[in-house]
Amino acid sequence: MRVGLFIPCYVDQFYPQVGIATLRLLEKFGCEVVYPPGQTCCGQPMANSGFGHLTQGCNDLFIKNFSSFDYIVAPSGSCVLHIKEHLHGADDAAAAIRSKIYELVEFLTDVLQVQQIDAEFPHKVGLHQSCHGQRGLKLAQMSELMAPPFSKPERLLKLVKGIELVELDRKDECCGFGGTFCVAEEAVSVKMGKDRVADHLRHGAEYITAADMSCLMHLEGILRRQKSPVQVRHIAEILNGRS
Amino acid sequence: MNANNKDHAALADEFNKDEPRVDWHDETLWWVRQKRDRAAAQVADWEVLRDTASRIKDNVLSRLSEYLQHFEAAATANGIVIHWAADAAEHNEIILSLLRQHGVDQMVKSKSMLTEECGLNEFLEEKGVGVVDTDLGERVVQLAGEPPSHIVLPCIHKKKEEIGEIFHEHLGTPAGNADPQFLTHAARLHLREKFLTRRVALTGINFAVAETGEFVVCTNEGNADMGAHLADVHIACMGIEKLIPQRRHLGVFLRLLTRSATGQPITTYSSHFKRPRPGQEMHIVLVDNGRSTHLGRKDFRSSLKCIRCAACFNTCPVYRRSGGHSYHTAVAGPIGSILSPNLDMKKYADLPFASTLCGSCSNVCPVKIDIHEQLYKWRQVIVQEGYAPAGKRAAMRAMNWVLSHPAAYHTAGKTGRWVMAHVPFTVNNGLNVWYKQREMPAAPKQSFGEWYKKNRRDHEQQR
Repeated sequence: MRVGLFIPCYVDQFYPQVGIATLRLLEKFGCEVVYPPGQTCCGQPMANSGFGHLTQGCNDLFIKNFSSFDYIVAPSGSCVLHIKEHLHGADDAAAAIRSKIYELVEFLTDVLQVQQIDAEFPHKVGLHQSCHGQRGLKLAQMSELMAPPFSKPERLLKLVKGIELVELDRKDECCGFGGTFCVAEEAVSVKMGKDRVADHLRHGAEYITAADMSCLMHLEGILRRQKSPVQVRHIAEILNGRS
Repeated sequence: MNANNKDHAALADEFNKDEPRVDWHDETLWWVRQKRDRAAAQVADWEVLRDTASRIKDNVLSRLSEYLQHFEAAATANGIVIHWAADAAEHNEIILSLLRQHGVDQMVKSKSMLTEECGLNEFLEEKGVGVVDTDLGERVVQLAGEPPSHIVLPCIHKKKEEIGEIFHEHLGTPAGNADPQFLTHAARLHLREKFLTRRVALTGINFAVAETGEFVVCTNEGNADMGAHLADVHIACMGIEKLIPQRRHLGVFLRLLTRSATGQPITTYSSHFKRPRPGQEMHIVLVDNGRSTHLGRKDFRSSLKCIRCAACFNTCPVYRRSGGHSYHTAVAGPIGSILSPNLDMKKYADLPFASTLCGSCSNVCPVKIDIHEQLYKWRQVIVQEGYAPAGKRAAMRAMNWVLSHPAAYHTAGKTGRWVMAHVPFTVNNGLNVWYKQREMPAAPKQSFGEWYKKNRRDHEQQR
């Protein structure tokens, strides 16, 4: 199984360890993983700001870089959702990519059907449900719907030795990152982030994890400003065994 | 509505100057959201009910002109006088002419967001007509000289102590008395005198039944009934999208409306009006005010399915932390953010951006409007119509150019982690807004791409 590794631009630039953990994790489960070096960005920052018409360059680059793989995997629900909803092209290449791109967690649970994970993380961890992964890709049941609960990231985390997941008062409230919203609506964005952080702290989390690094970058910025000892970890880092 | 022409972000910034107040506002509305969850959970097949309501409303919108004609014929046969208003100005003139015909310069009004949308109160006051809002929350904001901040809970932004002060000033209650029961009693006495002396009552309409020409008004306070039953003239105003095909469909909508709105099984009063009582006049004003245009916008027409429950307000993490007035429009919150640009794209160009696109609004919507997807689509329209700020346009073009050229991206990444400076931290102005209340991510020595090249590419090439 040849997997094309898509590392979102801000992960590439700020959180290389998340890319490395994703790569190693996929290799542990037997995937042949290739990172196409010509990749940049899915185009979401522009599109969510209303500039979707500018993203043709990113769109075409993405098709060029990722057409040849059996699967495409990225450690970000948000970027994957963007590709699934907005990648376009004249021939079948775009449609094929839209159907074979997976966010890391759902790739592990749905495609690789991972049943056990050799990792240990003896800490109290709060799971932040990133909205695009949860409500867009349906990685977990949404609290608004009257439907049976499930959570793919939670299922994976529970396979990690020693981990203790903390309950939250608001289990799927948005953190307030929201792409350019984080600066365009700075006051509300920060307030949302502070409230999310407080929920995790109130329940004794030592780490906050999520399937999207963008949410964690925002929450980390707030935690560090508060000089909190609580840290953020992308779910790939925990599943790959880094403590 | 917003004298200073400030946008949502600026108004939200002001609202956030008082953090304990933001916490209180957020928690109050989150409590309503939780009540909604509990009420919805008690209905078997809640999701089926939502789906049914959604389909009924789709049907209404697809045959709107037909249903409107049915409704007009049936209502006329029932003895109701139908008026058609193409826009807000016509609506207001119709109301004024009805008041003048009866030589009346005072009336009572129960809650109608449509009249807020049309600016009726201000219009009538200019013409020397006194309007008393009889919904308690609306009366509070009316006395305070403010617009409602929420379509179901108009004065949800006011604390009881503030309401005590307003009542002290306007109704003469003792200073410092903020006991809710006492204040409600004072309001009741004050409003009772208005109900008894006003000859014209205006109400909104929650559902108008095309089949029978009747309409339903939902209130918790019975104020619509008090007004309508005591007045010689009952004027009811509705947007043309408020129709449902048949009376039996009320069994779907009445079950959804209040559970979604406040978590109650049903409103205290769900009053059915079919024909004027002997000696009474009953008028219905059917208002377009941009709705036909909206119906023609394929991507946005389904927002006309809205039944004004405000569940999307209560669940919205942005609304809860920015307050209704930050939307500077009659219908605030997520639904207002997709309805308002249709009325005035320039004035409301900021609203579709007042969201993180988290999607919670679409999930609570009882008629399954894809609110967050329409927010995204409005952003595209607003930018393409030229309503994006020039600075943002330039930043987006620059960012896009770099991200479209891998070599440029890699060079930019090396020279000080280009993304840190441009994506998306500084798109709205030259200052680093991110850093105001958050630390920047620590810049690593190498990007993932650089690490991969060093550690894996050679290995790859050897294969």
